[in-house]
Amino acid sequence: MSVLVNKDTRLVVQGITGSAGSFHTIQCMEYGTNVVAGVTPGKGGQKFQDSVPVFDTVQDAVDKEGANVAAIYVPPPFAADSILEAIDAEIPLVIAITEGIPVKDMAEVKARLANSNTRLIGPNCPGIITPGECKIGIMPGYIHKPGKVGIVSRSGTLTYEAVWQITSAGHGQSTCIGIGGDPINGTSHLDAVQLFNEDPQTEAIILIGEIGGTAEEEAAAFIKEYVDKPCAAFIAGRTAPPGRRMGHAGAIVSGGKGTAEAKVEALLDAGISVAETPSHMAEALFKVWNP
Amino acid sequence: MNIHEYQAKQLFESAGVSVPKGTVAQTKEQIETALSSFPSDQSVVVKAQIHAGGRGKGTFTNGFKGGVHVVSSRTEAISKAENMLGNVLVTKQTGEEGKEVGTVYFTEASDIDKEFYLAILMDRATSKPVVIASTEGGVDIEEVAETNPEKITKILIDPALGIRPYQSRQVAFSLGLSGDSFKQCVKLVSKLYDFFWNKDCSQVEVNPLVLTPTGDVLALDAKVNFDSNALFRHPDVVELRDLSEEDPKEVEASKYDLNYIALDGNVACMVNGAGLAMATMDIIKHYGGSPANFLDVGGGANEEQVENAFRILVSDDAVKAILVNIFGGIMKCDVIATGIVNAARKLEMKVPLVVRLEGTNVEQGKKILADSGLALEPADSLAEAAQKIVQLAGQ
Repeated sequence: MSVLVNKDTRLVVQGITGSAGSFHTIQCMEYGTNVVAGVTPGKGGQKFQDSVPVFDTVQDAVDKEGANVAAIYVPPPFAADSILEAIDAEIPLVIAITEGIPVKDMAEVKARLANSNTRLIGPNCPGIITPGECKIGIMPGYIHKPGKVGIVSRSGTLTYEAVWQITSAGHGQSTCIGIGGDPINGTSHLDAVQLFNEDPQTEAIILIGEIGGTAEEEAAAFIKEYVDKPCAAFIAGRTAPPGRRMGHAGAIVSGGKGTAEAKVEALLDAGISVAETPSHMAEALFKVWNP
Repeated sequence: MNIHEYQAKQLFESAGVSVPKGTVAQTKEQIETALSSFPSDQSVVVKAQIHAGGRGKGTFTNGFKGGVHVVSSRTEAISKAENMLGNVLVTKQTGEEGKEVGTVYFTEASDIDKEFYLAILMDRATSKPVVIASTEGGVDIEEVAETNPEKITKILIDPALGIRPYQSRQVAFSLGLSGDSFKQCVKLVSKLYDFFWNKDCSQVEVNPLVLTPTGDVLALDAKVNFDSNALFRHPDVVELRDLSEEDPKEVEASKYDLNYIALDGNVACMVNGAGLAMATMDIIKHYGGSPANFLDVGGGANEEQVENAFRILVSDDAVKAILVNIFGGIMKCDVIATGIVNAARKLEMKVPLVVRLEGTNVEQGKKILADSGLALEPADSLAEAAQKIVQLAGQ
């Protein structure tokens, strides 16, 4: 089953003609993702890779090609606007890859999302992949394998580590959701865990988090109460100095809050198997999951 | 991005937020001119300007005590300022190296009836701006949060609507104000919010916000931090950046779009991806080492970026060994390996290198590293890489 994206996904890529958008769209098409349209205002009428129609607006892509998921590779000054456009076109799932969107813009987007039919993933995220069916984003497809482990993560390359460990052990992933490294985002660990909990294909879950905010603690509280599927986790940033933004805009320990220790404690309290190092994420999962 | 108190106060003034009058001096010659704005018999506060708190209780490395002084004569003011300018102030927040004082700020000493706390920041839990006010000003707000949380008022603002007049009134009521002081406070809160929102601040903190005996409401201190993601649309704010307050290696790194943060260990690391970079620092510590830095080269781990990154890492004399950890997805491992080898050769690097590559073309990448003839050890897993590097750094 997987969650959110699959072989029936009809993807529109906003920013398809830009350098990031074009490169990654080609990679996703090669993986097998059904890219039905692109949007670059002013370039409507063109064809991307001689096959994908480019439109001026997201609404056109929805009306003419039935796009039902949007991926956004638009530069930071204009990315929030692109998200709002997709929301207004009533696209049910929007994945914002862009890093560097001003926090204020995301606060406005978040307020708009509340009154909409759209789920947002990201921004500042690698995207989402259901192995074997649909890849949306910048992750390397070949390390993934269809299977039963759901992964939700704030970090890109750290996710690839977990994926590779699982695949190398002969298992696979149902869906991997990169929720991104920004302080204000569309989908939290908790949101993803709820989806995985209800997905028949997902048997086990890995959560990858980092310092900053309380998303991991909220997910842990939910898991303790409502999730029977085995869960493992890793939290990055135990050695990060307080008050510094560690690469990700959301990775900051502020006023003593958002420490790795507090997150690990909450996860352990919920019966989640916490990996000591990033090399032991799969091992941590196998301690509680016997596939 | 941080700015100095005097810059924050200048911005407040332009934004209509009441502050006491202030002037600055950045050289000894400027001190007298700066002081001439104040009547010679007026009490003046002399404040060292650094990007750190705890200035009042700090000590200069030349022995002079205190980065904040209230003086009643011009001669005293000059003497204090001369003792501060160009000297290094050490406070609880600067670390033992302290920070050099390049600017001294003079401000009229206000008589204080009451001290309050006022701040505006983005609340992560709700994704909305929050105004935080307390009657307990002039002290550490985190302590108040521990001991007297009921004395803190938090008001969430709808980002689409901005602060409503009734919400500014809520703040003023919570501080127990009435009459003209109440009106001044309402206006100040509203203007402060507009400033916070329009300038893309990540935080503005006024501690203390004071009520004077004559009923005026003023921001006596000002700490402003800006959202780095929004600086592209505030060139006037970028002008306020004080590079001397930042670690020179971090300034250098930002020129090349490298995300670098200096730490105090001796095992340097270079990684692609912020989460993996943090996890790499963590695993170095886990195996008994001490990370020298955080460095995310992002998606651009090409030869030029690798060379820039290596140069910055080895410029830190404390570095005894370098761990490179790259998970090549789109980037192929053989391309990365070539970049590493060429950069290391060009820079004639003597520091031991452990390189752990994973991803596309990993076998070809490992071969290039093995055949390079450099003091370069490959590793398969991150755990193995971390253990090797800690061992090498210890030698």
